[in-house]
Amino acid sequence: METLVADIWRSTPLVLLTLVGLIALLVEGSGKGRAAAVYWISLVGTIASFVLSFLSLNTEEAAFNDMILQGGYAAFFGMIFTASAFGTLILSRSYLRRLHTERGEFYVLIVFAAIGMMLMASAIDLIILFLGIEVMSICLYVLVGFLRTKLTANESALKYFLLGAFTTGFLLYGIALIYGTVGSTSFRAISAAFPAVSNQPLFLLGAAMLVIAFSFKVAAVPFHMWAPDVYEGAPTPITAFMSTGTKAAAFAAFVGVFLGAFQIAGSKLSEVIALAAAASMIIGNVVAISQSNLKRMLAYSSIAHAGYMLSGISAANREGETGILFYLATYTLMNLGAFGVLSWVEQKDDTKLTFDDYAGFSAQQPFLAALLSIFLFSLAGIPPFAGFFGKYYVFLAAVKADLTWLAIIGVLTSVVSVYYYLRLVMMMYFQPGGATVEEPPAQMAFIAVTCAAILVVLFGIYPSLIVDLTKEFLNI
Amino acid sequence: MLEHYLPIFMMILGGVLFGIVMVKLNEWLGPRRPTEEKLTTYESGMEPVRTARERFSVKFYMVAVLFILFDIEVVFMYPWAVAFRELGIIGFVSMTVFILILLIGLFYVWRKGALEWD
Amino acid sequence: MELQTYLLLSAVTFIIGVVGVLARRNAIIVFMSIELMLNSVNLTLVAFSAYLGDVTGQMLVFFVMTVAAAEAAIGLAIIIALFRNKQTVNLDDINILKW
Repeated sequence: METLVADIWRSTPLVLLTLVGLIALLVEGSGKGRAAAVYWISLVGTIASFVLSFLSLNTEEAAFNDMILQGGYAAFFGMIFTASAFGTLILSRSYLRRLHTERGEFYVLIVFAAIGMMLMASAIDLIILFLGIEVMSICLYVLVGFLRTKLTANESALKYFLLGAFTTGFLLYGIALIYGTVGSTSFRAISAAFPAVSNQPLFLLGAAMLVIAFSFKVAAVPFHMWAPDVYEGAPTPITAFMSTGTKAAAFAAFVGVFLGAFQIAGSKLSEVIALAAAASMIIGNVVAISQSNLKRMLAYSSIAHAGYMLSGISAANREGETGILFYLATYTLMNLGAFGVLSWVEQKDDTKLTFDDYAGFSAQQPFLAALLSIFLFSLAGIPPFAGFFGKYYVFLAAVKADLTWLAIIGVLTSVVSVYYYLRLVMMMYFQPGGATVEEPPAQMAFIAVTCAAILVVLFGIYPSLIVDLTKEFLNI
Repeated sequence: MLEHYLPIFMMILGGVLFGIVMVKLNEWLGPRRPTEEKLTTYESGMEPVRTARERFSVKFYMVAVLFILFDIEVVFMYPWAVAFRELGIIGFVSMTVFILILLIGLFYVWRKGALEWD
Repeated sequence: MELQTYLLLSAVTFIIGVVGVLARRNAIIVFMSIELMLNSVNLTLVAFSAYLGDVTGQMLVFFVMTVAAAEAAIGLAIIIALFRNKQTVNLDDINILKW
């Protein structure tokens, strides 16, 4: 009994958020018109969980019979997920109210998806990893198709669901094969057995299946085809959530398994991941140029960013891991911000999402145009914004791991990416036109996006603010 | 190893052949005098009202989904019940929490009217 | 029977599922193929579990079963929502979103 209480006490960020989700569900079920109450409960829950995660950063302990890890790595990612969920909740409120489809379930599902993400980051056992991925994915399938009278929403939900369930099959088969060769699903046992089993064909097959499954979840080439369709059809706040929280969660699991449980430095697995990284950077950036819909453009851009971060995993060294953590934290801020501004300009009928719809935006909305420009500059990796340092760290890691070719591809494709990000900035500032927002953004959403922009600049100038947080608990 | 199964394979083969031969013999030898009454669907003596090939109401789907979700959770209770004594108080508390969460789900489903037929 | 037999059977079933997902165009049948994949994994897990004399694999099977049930509920709901709007479950007709 004492161990159970101690385990629950150690996992407060996770347990608290679960309790909040359940309470929100009870409130939603208790009567009509409770959406606002559910929204506030969820919002307070994510803030509380964020604070608790921050407080537990320096204490890393395993709990629940070595099933989950609390504090440290999990807490760092817990902060990213709760921040992403917080931003998504705020953006969703005004988005749903404009469409007159506000329902409490939407907020509850966001909270439960965040719980799944936290499970993924704290998993030190493949079973928990699987459960986390499923808790997150099942919530997201519903969220993507939430506007169920819209055909595009149905379509993207079906695509996401079928492909997601398909990859679940691969994930599980990989887990089964690794379990069969190692005889355990715990990361510690796998790590201990890795030198002995790493050349067995069954183990390699299992690891390859895991690469497939994770590549799908992070939307890396060649398993990226779902991302543009799903990102376009989903409600814009959920697109923001998927490109930040979900991606961070998938990378948390990817890093946890491939840098924590496996030691892939210099192995065939590392080469495979390097190839996927290079392909993602090239295809993501090149195809993004030809997009006219901004949500699709950002989808391809997110594929390219997955490629940059994968080069950090492929490098499999300390710089790489720091780089991924820094990259994910800042990428969450800038992508949430960019999608936030997009969701204000967007019309109810899914129009005003192309480059041309932003002509003259700076004249009508100078402050919003400046915010969006900051996010775009940061995504393009232009100093002094935070996006620059993320790229700098992962490419540095690649060079240190003798993957200079990968770093060169990364830098070249980043240059390509400047074209399509700055095209939007040019459109806003130098094209005449009357682009504006449909109605002024809600106050809280506006404040949140402004804070995100401030943080993007702050972390760009003082990257050590995040890097110092990560020093304590890195796997390598 | 496989030869041990030979009698079973013979048995299966014999069974299948016997079945096919009997059905076919019936078709060839038996007299067929179809009338309209004979061709209608057999509904235990009732007059069939309309075609059986129609769409089901989506309400059936709702009930089926809820049934699957709550039914499958029982799978966790069997191993728990078997190991109940060894698990002690921790097992009891864990299962109580699990069932409470299920109850919250049930409460939500109930209050949202998913259990109402109309 | 040895471990290999079960592994072979489950690998074949898994591949049948994968081919079904890639080749069939009816959303429901694609979904059934995915369930086939999950169940072949369950067979692998149980085979390994019996072979290793370790209970973890069987435990994972329970989780896979419950998660598959949840996925079935969500998936069928999505398919029904689509059918109400479009009157089809054929994946070739689902093509508004493309680059």
